[in-house]
Amino acid sequence: MDQFEVKVFIRLRPSVLDPAGEAIKSASSKLGVAGIKSLRIGKMIEVKIESKEEDIKEKIELLCDRLFANTVIEDYEYSINKL
Amino acid sequence: MAGFTVGIVVFPGSNCDRDVSWALEGCLDIKTKFLWHESSDLNDVDSIVLPGGFSYGDYLRCGAIARFSPLINSLHDFVKSGRRVLGICNGFQILTESGFLPGALVANKNLNFICDDVDLNVITSKGGWFQKLNDTQNIKLPIAHGEGRYHCDQDTLKKLTDNDLIALKYKTNPNGSTSDIAGITNEKGNVLGLMPHPERACDESIGGIDGLYTLRSLITQ
Repeated sequence: MDQFEVKVFIRLRPSVLDPAGEAIKSASSKLGVAGIKSLRIGKMIEVKIESKEEDIKEKIELLCDRLFANTVIEDYEYSINKL
Repeated sequence: MAGFTVGIVVFPGSNCDRDVSWALEGCLDIKTKFLWHESSDLNDVDSIVLPGGFSYGDYLRCGAIARFSPLINSLHDFVKSGRRVLGICNGFQILTESGFLPGALVANKNLNFICDDVDLNVITSKGGWFQKLNDTQNIKLPIAHGEGRYHCDQDTLKKLTDNDLIALKYKTNPNGSTSDIAGITNEKGNVLGLMPHPERACDESIGGIDGLYTLRSLITQ
């Protein structure tokens, strides 16, 4: 068994309106930062997991597909780092 | 109705379970039974309500964690048997997260938690969820949600439209829902998910009785 640190990034699909992102975009311009063309909010999940190396990808895919993200509205990507 | 029992599912964070029970027992004389989400025995109930609230604190996404409860697992056979399942608000979110109904519910377009009475058009008669309604096919029900904007892709919307699965549409869209959708059914018609709260419109003294049609239909075979 090996130890892995996994970072999963989840973001709303481009077709889904992100009103919270729009609100932060508006606040950013009030801070005086001009030129922001797009701002969208996502989530990042950090997982530390013990697994056989050959199984790790399958386990993370299962977690992403069935729990971490709702693929009707969200896309995900992840990075796996062996500790 | 004698011999008929409606199961009301209670998750940690449900908060409309007792309202549903009050409306069914007090207004319609229908026997109810609370079902803790850890239970998987659905043999002694004839239909099921997934009530509103904030199951598991809406962690991750509304309804995302509730879908893994033993009861939701048992719900697949229950639905296959043709018995009725009504998901109200958070219950609707759980039904979409669990795959019983297509699409998803996301944050309201204006980011506000909206608490209001809304006018709705009844679109389909599938499942008979709004039977005994007068000819106008309009009802008024309360809504109370922060994440009630129905979202689906164009293919799903076409399927919903072509198969007559859109149950309710807002007359004036309050939350940015795709195609003004407030509620949908499955293809068989025995599962209905809707954001408005029929249990809060069951007595004239609290502002209307249009919710009675839907709750009464729970005891339709």
